[in-house]
Amino acid sequence: MGALTQHTWIDLGAAGDVPRLGARKFRLGNETVAVFRTSADEYFAVIDRCPHKGGPLSEGIVSGRTVACPLHGWVIALDNGRAVAPDEGCATTLPLRLVRGRLHLGLRCKGAA
Amino acid sequence: MNGISPSREHLVVVGNGMAGMRTVEELKARAPSRYRITVFGAEPYANYNRIALSAVLAGDKSLDDIVINPRAWYEENGLDLIAGDPVLKLDPVTKTVTSVGGRVARYDRLLLAVGSKPIAPPIPGVNLPGVRAFRDIADVEAMIDAATHRKRAVVIGGGLLGLEAAWGLKRRGMSVAVVHLMTTLMERQLDEPAAHLLQHELDSRGIAFFTNGQTEEIYGTDRVEGVRLADGREVPADFVVLAIGVRPNVALAKQAGLNINRGIVVGDDMRTSDPAVYAVGECIEHNGQTFGLVAPLWEQAKVCAARLAGDAAAVYVPQPVFTSLKITGIDVFSAGALTAADADDDEITLHDAKRGKYKKLVMRGDRVIGAVLYGDVADGTWYLQLMRHSNDIAMIRDRLIFGRAFAEQALGRNEAEMDVAVMPESEQVCGCNGVNQGKIRATIAAKHLTTLDQVRAHTKASASCGQCTPIVRAILAQTVGGAAPAEKAAAMCGCTEFGHDEVRKAIVARGLRTQADARRELGWKNADGCQKCRPALNYYLLCAWPGEYRDDSRSRFVNERVHANIQKDGTYSVVPRMWGGVTTPRELRAIADAAEKHGIPTVKVTGGQRIDMLGARKDQLPGIWADLNQAGLVSGHAYGKALRTVKTCVGSEWCRFGTQDSTGLGIKIEKMCWGSYTPHKVKLAVSGCPRNCAEATIKDLGVVCIEAGYDIMVGGNGGVTVRVTDKLVRVTTEAEVLEYVGAFLQLYREEAHYLERTAPWIERHGIEYLKRLLVDDAENRRALYARFLYSQRFWQTDPWAERAAGADAHEYAALETVG
Ligand code: SRM
Ligand SMILES: Cc1cc2nc3c(=O)[nH]c(=O)nc-3n(C[C@H](O)[C@H](O)[C@H](O)COP(=O)(O)OP(=O)(O)OC[C@H]3O[C@@H](n4cnc5c(N)ncnc54)[C@H](O)[C@@H]3O)c2cc1C
Ligand code: SF4
Ligand code: FES
Repeated sequence: MGALTQHTWIDLGAAGDVPRLGARKFRLGNETVAVFRTSADEYFAVIDRCPHKGGPLSEGIVSGRTVACPLHGWVIALDNGRAVAPDEGCATTLPLRLVRGRLHLGLRCKGAA
Repeated sequence: MNGISPSREHLVVVGNGMAGMRTVEELKARAPSRYRITVFGAEPYANYNRIALSAVLAGDKSLDDIVINPRAWYEENGLDLIAGDPVLKLDPVTKTVTSVGGRVARYDRLLLAVGSKPIAPPIPGVNLPGVRAFRDIADVEAMIDAATHRKRAVVIGGGLLGLEAAWGLKRRGMSVAVVHLMTTLMERQLDEPAAHLLQHELDSRGIAFFTNGQTEEIYGTDRVEGVRLADGREVPADFVVLAIGVRPNVALAKQAGLNINRGIVVGDDMRTSDPAVYAVGECIEHNGQTFGLVAPLWEQAKVCAARLAGDAAAVYVPQPVFTSLKITGIDVFSAGALTAADADDDEITLHDAKRGKYKKLVMRGDRVIGAVLYGDVADGTWYLQLMRHSNDIAMIRDRLIFGRAFAEQALGRNEAEMDVAVMPESEQVCGCNGVNQGKIRATIAAKHLTTLDQVRAHTKASASCGQCTPIVRAILAQTVGGAAPAEKAAAMCGCTEFGHDEVRKAIVARGLRTQADARRELGWKNADGCQKCRPALNYYLLCAWPGEYRDDSRSRFVNERVHANIQKDGTYSVVPRMWGGVTTPRELRAIADAAEKHGIPTVKVTGGQRIDMLGARKDQLPGIWADLNQAGLVSGHAYGKALRTVKTCVGSEWCRFGTQDSTGLGIKIEKMCWGSYTPHKVKLAVSGCPRNCAEATIKDLGVVCIEAGYDIMVGGNGGVTVRVTDKLVRVTTEAEVLEYVGAFLQLYREEAHYLERTAPWIERHGIEYLKRLLVDDAENRRALYARFLYSQRFWQTDPWAERAAGADAHEYAALETVG
């Protein structure tokens, strides 16, 4: 999939600023992006909106590669945004990479491809 | 791996029963490949639990349930099993045994474990069809068959075996009479009062007794028709069980010229008079003593195996043993001396005929040398321990008879767990199956066992007569740390098999001080845990280690992490405390000012007698709190699994019906309790009279004031399922109310499951349980109260003030805008 997609990368800041087993929020236009950090120091970027009723995922409890939404407890996989069964739905994930200790968020750039 | 090397010595075992196979097991554990082993067994079965034949007869177990070593075990261990072919001849000169089927085996070492034979009385008719002993599977099959085809059974012999046979046949629908030679039943294990209670109980279950009954003849033409006693009494029967005792099986040894007396004589090394021949079990005589219970057999097996493995130091030292009767619903325990033997001895007895309970301890000086218990045998194993260790009990003598819990309070300990903690590994716990403390513990740990049933399945401990169940339970509790539930409690979450109770107990018992430790020690499947167990573990740890455990904000639900309630749109609400629902113009002004200054969209009076400011953005929170703090307002913990409110009514200050100062008392209670974290939210109330305007009777704890004092009510809530409180106690002073409140909350804090409110917690245990721990046991109540107050020292700091001053600033920072 990635071969044809071109990204521009935005520097979000130092990875170390995101608390372990927690998240930080970044405003991007009208959206809020939550960057999560797992106990194994993996980082994931997800639009901060629960597929259920829009709850702020960034406030949820992180464990393994999941976060539990604070409003009604749906569990969302951080790597692909999918709600863990029995719930159904998908949060939007965004590409994220770690460059020399800094977080770079990938945005699809129009017109490239 | 079982490659036979011809040079290996050949061990032949005669007797495929409990003592023999235990010896082989012990030997395999010590010297797995030292011998090539052949086992001869007269019965056509693998080794089974003879003790459990009673349970099979009574219909509580099937034959499959009682196999100890299945055939696969013999194969896996490379044993040659010849079952159903008894050994007929032993020749110590050629070192051979010859079986009925003509097999000849040459041995280097021989082990005789041929058990004992039922005694047949020398009277006419013992060989009539319909007369059986009670010793092996064939006997039990015959008895079960009789119960289906015949009507009346007579059991000759009122000892342990006879009574179990009588009960089993009765259970299977026969009419049963017991003929017993002596005046009282089980005269070797029970003294008179206990025997009378026992007879009375069995009598009421429909078993007839002929005591002082000397059987003169078993009569009948083609098969048994009845039993005639020496005094002329006749008892008709179409089935007779002989249970007058057993005699060591010495036939082979005698024929081979080994030294025999009542049994095959062995030394402390379990060797017979022929150094190549060993003997264990009911067939032996050691120091003039023969054996009829399994507990001593396990010791013999161990010593014998050690000797066979080459350990020249192993010696057999007999230990006191106990007897218990395996009849459902009848609890009998007997060990050691039955009565005082001379002037040095004395007896302590407790006899409650009405409740059918009897206890007797035989003392020599300040040592226990015997115990007879009927009806309440829970302390039997403890008395046995005191006997085995010859403990000096002078300190607890006056309490001894009332049992361990009460006696050990005098020593300042009341946990049954204490003693299993100091019990040596080698101490035998389950006499029936010969399992020691170390093995139980090791198996629990290795297999992550959590329930009594699992421990039974894996170790066999407490799987036979059940007498040691309390100790096994205590070891389990101590090892996993859970009062082992009878059935597997629901697991906390998908990360673990353990239930909440087990985890709570393990944290305390094993001194687990961090979540990581707890998850590692208890074998959590996910290193991080999950959103279900993390908040629970966090709470259990902070409850267990006040002042020590560092709260983990990452294991807190968002509300508790940010100290405000999240709303549907992601904004938050702010509820400051109003002590007992009382406020002042100054506080109201501060709230009003803060609401205006920060643009709070909604201000509402809550159902909990205070004011809610709804719709604050997260980044506004520290500022709002700082302003509220200025007026002395602190967090109301409306967001927490914590003390919420103490609602009050106006009470005697103003109300024409008020009996006590309900408002003042409510404020005192709230000042004492605020800040405490609990398994779920906790709401209290104080009403000034039984009109109950503060709705005290649907609160976790409600105080209803009356002229004479205060009724303390517990376990209520509103919500989906409304529950009205139970009355805990009536007290007369405010100080007592405070003590009860603190103690109750602490008990709830220490024992409930996370997210379990007081109502379901109390329903799980019953109000009587709480009364016992809080009302009847003043010392315990005070201790709980003290622990509550101690814990409060660490939690009564206003979380808002800390955060207004900058703590966790990153939590409240405004979003960063990027892109
Ligand atoms: C604010 C308030 C309603 C109000 O505007 O009056 C309120 C609001 C909520 N209640 Fe309540 N309850 C409020 C008084 C009550 C009362 C009345 C009382 O306390 O006397 C009850 C019945 C009494 C009781 O608890 O037994 C009550 C019974 C519940 C229950 C049912 C509890 C139960 O055991 O079944 C829930 C559900 C729960 O906790 O799981 C609940 C849950 C909630 C939650 C936490 C729902 C949620 O998950 O978001 C609401 C949070 C509000 C917030 O974010 O601030 N609320 N709630 C009241 C705050 C009281 C306070 O000052 O702290
Ligand atoms: C119904 C019942 C209930 C009991 N309840 C209890 C209780 O609650 N608690 C307790 O501690 N004890 C109890 N006992 C006693 C306990 O079962 C015995 O103490 C124990 O089984 C003795 O073990 P053992 O190996 O010496 O003899 P056994 O278990 O009898 O084993 C001897 C084996 O050797 C075999 N054998 C004999 N001669 C030969 C031969 N020539 N060749 C080959 N094989 C031979 C026999 O067939 C038998 O299988 C009970 C016994 C019975 C029958
Ligand atoms: S009911 Fe009783 S306590 Fe409540 S206000 Fe009325 S009088 Fe006072
Ligand atoms: S909004 Fe996330 S679970 Fe309902």
